[in-house]
Amino acid sequence: MGNYRIGIDVGGTHTDAVILDDQYNVISETKEPTTEDVSTGIYKAVKKIIDAANVPKEEIKYAMLGTTHCTNAIVERKRLNKVAVIRIGAPATLGIKPLVGVPNDLREILGKYVYIVRGGNEFDGREIAELDKKRLSEIANELKGKVDSIAITSVFSPVSTDHEHEAQKIFQEVLGDEVAISLSSEIGSVGLLERENATILNAAVVNVARSTANGFVNALKEEGVNAKVFFGQNDGTLMSVEYTVKYPILTIACGPTNSIRGASYLTNQSNALVVDVGGTTTDIGVLVNSFPRQSSLAVEIGGVRTNFRMPDITSVGIGGGTIVRVKEDGTVTLGPDSVGYRLQQEAYVFGGNTLTTTDIIVAKGMAEIGDVTKVVELDKDLVEKAYHILVEKVEEAIDRMKTSAEPIPVILVGGGSVLLPEKLKGASIVHRPDHFGVANAIGSAISQVSGQVERVFALDELGRTETLELAKQMAKEEAVVAGADANKVEIVDFEDVPLAYLPGNATRIRAKAAGPLAE
Amino acid sequence: MRLLGKQEIEDIAVGAALLGTGGGGDPYIGKLMALQAIEEHGPIKLIDPEEVPDEAVIVPSAMMGAPTVMVEKIPSGEEAITAFHSLQEYLGEEIYATMPIEAGGVNSLLPFALAARQGLPVIDADGMGRAFPELQMVTFYLDGLEATPMVLSDEKGNSMVLNTINSVWAERLARGATIEMGGSVMLAIYPMKGKDVKRSAIQKTLSLEEEIGRSIREAKEKNYDPIDAVLKITNGYRLFEGKVKDINRKTETGFARGTATIEGINDNKNEELELNFQNEHLIAKTKDKLLCVTPDLIAVLDAETGMPITTEGLRYGARCIVIGMPCDPKWRTEKGIATAGPGYFGYDVDFTPVEELVGKGEK
Repeated sequence: MGNYRIGIDVGGTHTDAVILDDQYNVISETKEPTTEDVSTGIYKAVKKIIDAANVPKEEIKYAMLGTTHCTNAIVERKRLNKVAVIRIGAPATLGIKPLVGVPNDLREILGKYVYIVRGGNEFDGREIAELDKKRLSEIANELKGKVDSIAITSVFSPVSTDHEHEAQKIFQEVLGDEVAISLSSEIGSVGLLERENATILNAAVVNVARSTANGFVNALKEEGVNAKVFFGQNDGTLMSVEYTVKYPILTIACGPTNSIRGASYLTNQSNALVVDVGGTTTDIGVLVNSFPRQSSLAVEIGGVRTNFRMPDITSVGIGGGTIVRVKEDGTVTLGPDSVGYRLQQEAYVFGGNTLTTTDIIVAKGMAEIGDVTKVVELDKDLVEKAYHILVEKVEEAIDRMKTSAEPIPVILVGGGSVLLPEKLKGASIVHRPDHFGVANAIGSAISQVSGQVERVFALDELGRTETLELAKQMAKEEAVVAGADANKVEIVDFEDVPLAYLPGNATRIRAKAAGPLAE
Repeated sequence: MRLLGKQEIEDIAVGAALLGTGGGGDPYIGKLMALQAIEEHGPIKLIDPEEVPDEAVIVPSAMMGAPTVMVEKIPSGEEAITAFHSLQEYLGEEIYATMPIEAGGVNSLLPFALAARQGLPVIDADGMGRAFPELQMVTFYLDGLEATPMVLSDEKGNSMVLNTINSVWAERLARGATIEMGGSVMLAIYPMKGKDVKRSAIQKTLSLEEEIGRSIREAKEKNYDPIDAVLKITNGYRLFEGKVKDINRKTETGFARGTATIEGINDNKNEELELNFQNEHLIAKTKDKLLCVTPDLIAVLDAETGMPITTEGLRYGARCIVIGMPCDPKWRTEKGIATAGPGYFGYDVDFTPVEELVGKGEK
C-alpha cells in the first residue's frame, strides 16, 4: 500500500503542485497560471498532477496547501468578515484606541464595533482590574446579528490567557458557535497594538479561510481523493483544517518559507542562501538549521503593523519577465517592472515586442526558450550589459543577506533561476537542484508539524537552565498535540530576550518544536 | 508660540528615535497617543523657552519603567493627568506648561498627549538632548535642581508623592514603586520655575527633532542624502559605514547590555566597528581608534533611508551608517561626565569630544 502526498504552493504568477511518494520522490509536477480567484488555478493543478501521477487515488493520504487567499483578501479589502473588536485592558490602554494607525479604508471596514473593557493582566500575571463580565455580556447582546467574527485581545495575554478565555466563553454563550472568535494569545506575542491588529485581521479572513478550505477538500473529493488536508503556515510548518479556519492569519507569507524549505530538502543542505527567481522578483532568504531565518522587524500586512515573525526575505526586481530598456544615451536599465504572467505573449522569443531578461539569456545562449531566431539580431553589447546588471543586482542582494564575508552555499530555485550563472560572487557553491521550478510545492508537501511557546518567564523562580528546559518541553508537547511524531520532535528555534527594567530576570522566551506527522 | 499638528508629531517621532541613540524606547506608542489626543482635542501649543515667565511653574512629564511593558500595557492617558493634578495640589501653585525630560525615544512624545488633553503648552526644550536610562541623568540635576517633589501615577488611579534627599534616592525609590505599580508609570517630576528652564534645560530640542524628521522624510522626494542633512542639522560626523555582522546581548541588573560588530564597507572596507550599548549606544570604536563616547551621541541609521535603528532592531546584515554627534556642552563638564560619561557605565575609557576623536575638518 503506497503513501502519497500532494503539495501545492500558490504564488503571484504560478500555482505549483507536486505529488510525492513516501520517500519524497517527485511522482508528478505541474505549474499552472495563478487565477484571479486563486481556487480555479489550484483545482486545475490538482487535476493535472493526479492525472499525471497515475497512482491509486486512495493511496494519496495527505494534501498540503500553501495559499495566498488570506493575504489577497486583506490587501484587496475584499470578502472580509463583519468584525467586532474587543480589547480587555481598561483603564490601561485608553490612550491609543484599537485600529489607530491602521489605514483609513481598512479602519472603516473593521472599526464599526470597537469596545474597550475593564480587565487584563500585568507583566507578572497579576490582574490590572477584575474582568468586567457584565459589560462583556451586554456587548455580546448588542452584537447579535451584527457581526460574524470577534477579535479578543487582552493586555498581557501572552503571560495569562484567563481573561481572553473567559471572554470567549461569554460570547459563545450569547452568540453560539456560528460567530467565530479569535484570541490574540493564539496569534502573537508581547506588543499589544501589533498583536491586536493581527487578531483583527485574523477575524476578518475567517470566512475566506473557511471557503478556501472547503473548496480544496471538495476539489480533492471530486478527483476521488480522500486525503487529510493541511495548510502551510509562515514558519514552514502545518496546521490542520480545523485550526486554519480558526487562525487563518498564520497562513500569510507561507510561500517564501515553502520555497526555502523545499530548496533545503532538494539539496540536503541545512545552512545556505536560497535564491528564488520568479517572473517579477528574485526573493532571497536564509536557511538556518533547515528553517528560514526570521525577520526581527515589525511586519506590515496590507498596511497594518503586526508582530508576526516572517521569513527574513530581501527582494530585488529581477525575474524572468523583467523588462530591459535602453535609454537614448545607451545606458541599459532593468525593471523594476515585469511582463509577469504575460511573458509567453510579450517576450521577443515568444513573438512579442517587449525585451525581457528571458530574451537576454536566450540571446546569450544560456537557455533555449521559445524561438531563438527572434533574438539573434540583438546587439551583443546590449546583451552583455543587461546580463551584467542582472547578475550584479542579484549578487548585491546576496551580499546583503549574508551574515559574514565567508562564502556560503547558494541554492537556486524557481522558474526564473535559469537566468543566473553557475558562479556567483559570495557563493562557495551554487546548487541547482532537480525540480527547481517546483521547490515551493515540494516545500509545502514536506512541511512538518510544530508547536510553539512564547511568553515572559521569571528566570529567578526555577533558575535559568530549568526554565529554558521547561519552555522547550512545553513547545514539544504543543507539537505532539498538533500531530507531530513524539519520537521525532526537535527544538528548531529558540530565543530568549531579557527584558530591560524588570525584576526577577524577566525574560521573553520563544521555543518552537517541529517534527514529521505521526503516521 | 506655534501649533503642532499630526505631521509635526510624525516628524518629531523620527527625530526622537534618532536622538534616542538606539534606546529610549520606541517613540511609536508616544506618537500614537499624541496623534489620538490631537484628533480629540486639536493641535498642541509649542512655546519657546524665552516665552515662559521666570516665575511660572513648569513640570516635565515622563514615563518610567520598561518600554517592553509600555508597548503591551499602553497608558490610559489619565496617569499623566493624575500625576499633574497631585503635584499641582501638593505645590499649591498652578502649572504653566510641561516639557519632556528626555528628547530621545518615547519620553520625547509623551508630554504632547498630556498637553493636548489639558490644554497646556509644551516648552521647546528637554533635560537630556538625547536619551539616558536614569532619572538623575538630566541637566537639571547637573545644575542642582531636585527631581522631587515628584508624583508617580499608574493607570489604576494610584499615585504617590515622593520627597527625597536627592535625585539618586528618587531614582531608587521610584524604580521600586514602578515595579509594584505594574512596570510602567507616568511621572510629574523636576518641578521648576521658568527661569530654571532657561538656565538648565537644553533648548529647542523639539524643533531640532522636527527638523531631523522632516529632512529624512523629504530627502527622497527632494532627492538629497538624508544622512548628510542630519549631520548638518546636528553638527554630527559620519563615523562608519558597514553591515551588522554580530550582535551579542546579555542582561545585567535589568539593563539590556551588549555589543554589536559592524563590518566596514566602502570607505571603511577591511575595518570593523564595535558598538557598546546599554539600552542606548554608549561607545563606538574600531580596533585601534575610539570614535565616539557617551555623553556624545551615537546613532545608527539605515544606509538607504536614513531612518534610525534601535539597539533592539539591529539585525544581522543590516546596512547602516553610524554617526556621532556632539552633546550639549552641559554634559561635557566634570559633573556631566561623572553623571553620564563612560566611567559611570562601567567602561574604562576617558571621555574625549567626538570632534577631537574624528579629527577636525574630517567631517
